[in-house]
Amino acid sequence: MTGTIPLLKIDGLTKAYPGVVANDDVSFQIMPGEVHALLGENGAGKSTLVKMLYGLVKPDAGALTYNGAAYAPTSPHAARETGIAMVFQHFSLFDALDVAENVALGMENPPPQRELAKRIKDVSEAYGLPLDPGRLVGDLSAGERQRVEIVRCLLQDPKLLIMDEPTSVLTPQEVEILFATLRKLQSEGTAILYISHKLEEIRSLCDAATILRLGKVVGRCDPREKSARELAEMMVGMSLHTPSREAKPKGPVALSIKGLSAKSASQFGTSLKDVALDVHEGEVLGIGGVAGNGQDELLMALSGEIGSAPDAIVMGDTPLGAMRPNERRALGLLAAPEERLGHAAAPNMSLTENAVLTGRVRKSLTSNGFINWGAARTFAEDVIGRFDVRTPGPTHAARSLSGGNLQKFVVGREILQSPKILIVNQPTWGVDASAAASIRQALLDLAAEGAAVVVISQDLDELMEISDRFAALNEGRLTPPRDTQGLTVDEIGLMMGGAHDLGAVA
Amino acid sequence: MDLSAINPVLLIASLMVAATPILLAALGELVVEKAGVLNLGVEGMMITGAICGFAIAVETGSPVIGFLAAAIGGALLSMLFGILTQYLMSNQVATGLALTLFGLGISSLLGQDYVGVRPPLTGGLFPDALADLPVVGPIIFGHDWMVYVSLGLVAGIWAFLKYSRAGLILRAVGESHDAAHALGYNVIAVRLAAIAFGGACAGLGGAYLSLIRVPQWTEGMTAGAGWIALAIVVFAGWRPWRVLIGAYLFGGVTVLQLNLQAAGVAVSAEYLSMSPYLITILVLVLISAGRGRAALGAPASLGRSFHASH
Repeated sequence: MTGTIPLLKIDGLTKAYPGVVANDDVSFQIMPGEVHALLGENGAGKSTLVKMLYGLVKPDAGALTYNGAAYAPTSPHAARETGIAMVFQHFSLFDALDVAENVALGMENPPPQRELAKRIKDVSEAYGLPLDPGRLVGDLSAGERQRVEIVRCLLQDPKLLIMDEPTSVLTPQEVEILFATLRKLQSEGTAILYISHKLEEIRSLCDAATILRLGKVVGRCDPREKSARELAEMMVGMSLHTPSREAKPKGPVALSIKGLSAKSASQFGTSLKDVALDVHEGEVLGIGGVAGNGQDELLMALSGEIGSAPDAIVMGDTPLGAMRPNERRALGLLAAPEERLGHAAAPNMSLTENAVLTGRVRKSLTSNGFINWGAARTFAEDVIGRFDVRTPGPTHAARSLSGGNLQKFVVGREILQSPKILIVNQPTWGVDASAAASIRQALLDLAAEGAAVVVISQDLDELMEISDRFAALNEGRLTPPRDTQGLTVDEIGLMMGGAHDLGAVA
Repeated sequence: MDLSAINPVLLIASLMVAATPILLAALGELVVEKAGVLNLGVEGMMITGAICGFAIAVETGSPVIGFLAAAIGGALLSMLFGILTQYLMSNQVATGLALTLFGLGISSLLGQDYVGVRPPLTGGLFPDALADLPVVGPIIFGHDWMVYVSLGLVAGIWAFLKYSRAGLILRAVGESHDAAHALGYNVIAVRLAAIAFGGACAGLGGAYLSLIRVPQWTEGMTAGAGWIALAIVVFAGWRPWRVLIGAYLFGGVTVLQLNLQAAGVAVSAEYLSMSPYLITILVLVLISAGRGRAALGAPASLGRSFHASH
């Protein structure tokens, strides 16, 4: 630590977009060698703030001071030359290029490819993040992709490293490796600005925290002295409701999956390999795993978007494997996919029209090929009212809703069709804490009414909170499910890492 | 039927001439598509280049100045496409089709006074002594200098894309414009430069038709060459050397079937006329069969509009 001059001083930074002030007079400072957390819900203005620090967005007002000198980056090139590097949440790797090319694109003056490859190897091994510079990024796992981003930053000797939600796609073991790397960097004097929703991580890693809400700084604290719940309530500005549920005995098997193999429809997707699973009535079964290990494919195979052998999926006595999605809906198997815009909802169609798209069969919204618009509108309004979807009305296009509100609509639309089996993928992805709690409560209530609920998610805390049993996907294979009660983080990590023989049915 | 009238040496020499316009246009389009832009206006830019090059070469008496003018004409027309699609966010497919129609129209207008005029002769690159050698003379040394320019361009574009930093940035922009923007690269500037280069190459290809291959000006003389160039880029998997194979294959089959028709082969002329299209596509599909999309090199952002929203 070098004296008392802050490395980066942020003074009254303000940025407004049409209709919304993303950052309103934000001020704080980062000391050399400090790990500083930036906390806030979705839409609190964290991304806008770091984009201003990295030169991607120009502030309307306010000043930055770097090491005592004025700093006004006009582009990421300028930021990198000053010594600020950034690891993005997404959008900064190129699938079809190899690791060395991806690294070169993030550097100001990359050495020739051969020398660069050697430096990538050296640096990545020095920090315990082994990488093969010749591999295509599209073939890498999420954890390895992040290594590429981090190594890209490390090669430039940054003084300040900005990390935007770096752990959202990592297994617990990968998170440990990342933290070890970050602590090593910190001991070398690099300051880190760390953005995350995961409060326990922040408590174990960060020295200081600044909390943003609706673009304003609403608090500063030492996260090591606060509980995760206190931090969450500072972020949300109110006390949080924890989903509640009652323990009850397992019902009969509602859905039985045996030997389900399905080829992925997308190029970098993962095919399902011999998946087996029984889901009981009245239970919530959580499926974890790092993104891209077959989650989308599992949802599509269950919803009927990908066909399979008829006997691979059996509901009661009915083989479903070869049925189309609408036949499955008629029987009571409904699904809500992860991608809200374009998969779960048609972006340019109104909420009423989107309600018809999946609700047609079970809510009898059509007769003789004609849509009953009155009933469709009533159904859409019902979803909006019951799930607190913030929109002026059901005639508005799906894309006009914020992510969290559309997510509530998409999940609510399926729940209100009273499914016997509901499959959801990432039900609370990108949804703020209070909306996430209400979606989770709705899923628990559905299970309490006797439905079988399968929740596929990358948020382990969520799965631990609501599921009765837990299984993990790894490279298209599903581990045998285990009771959530008493499962340790290490065991979960092993399951996510592909340990299949971990004493099934504990 | 007299197949002995077909001289293989002359066949190879003339296939190179027949293929060069398509090769030039396809190389330009390859660079454009590698930057993530789908410009369907190749045909329009080619024919605009054909008349610009022809008119300027006739007026100045210099084919070199003519080819330069053709490149500038094609690039200017492509900038219309560039401004519409990159700044005004118009749809690339519709704009490209419109560009083709516009190019066909404006070239007829510009070319009214040049129908039936003979252009100045374009010279060779090597001395006559070399060009007169048996076999290798006509094939390797006997061509006009544009043939060598086009071959140089194949190697140049290959090396540019594979080894240079600018080429890497261009590929990055075509692969994911959001990521390239986040890293601080100017997506629109890179794309405009690629579009202008593509227009210039298409213009050169058109001028090769009107100044060397035919050589005279007639309305609509490109006759679909631009569309073949577009198809070759896709079937060649966005690789310069495969574009060369595809273009020469197409040129070769075209020349061969003309020779066969002249020799009176007992296959109806319609089948022979369609053979270049079928064979070229078939061969290129076979070359690239059984690979994933990434291995084929299709740019992931191809045809998507970029808008820096944040």
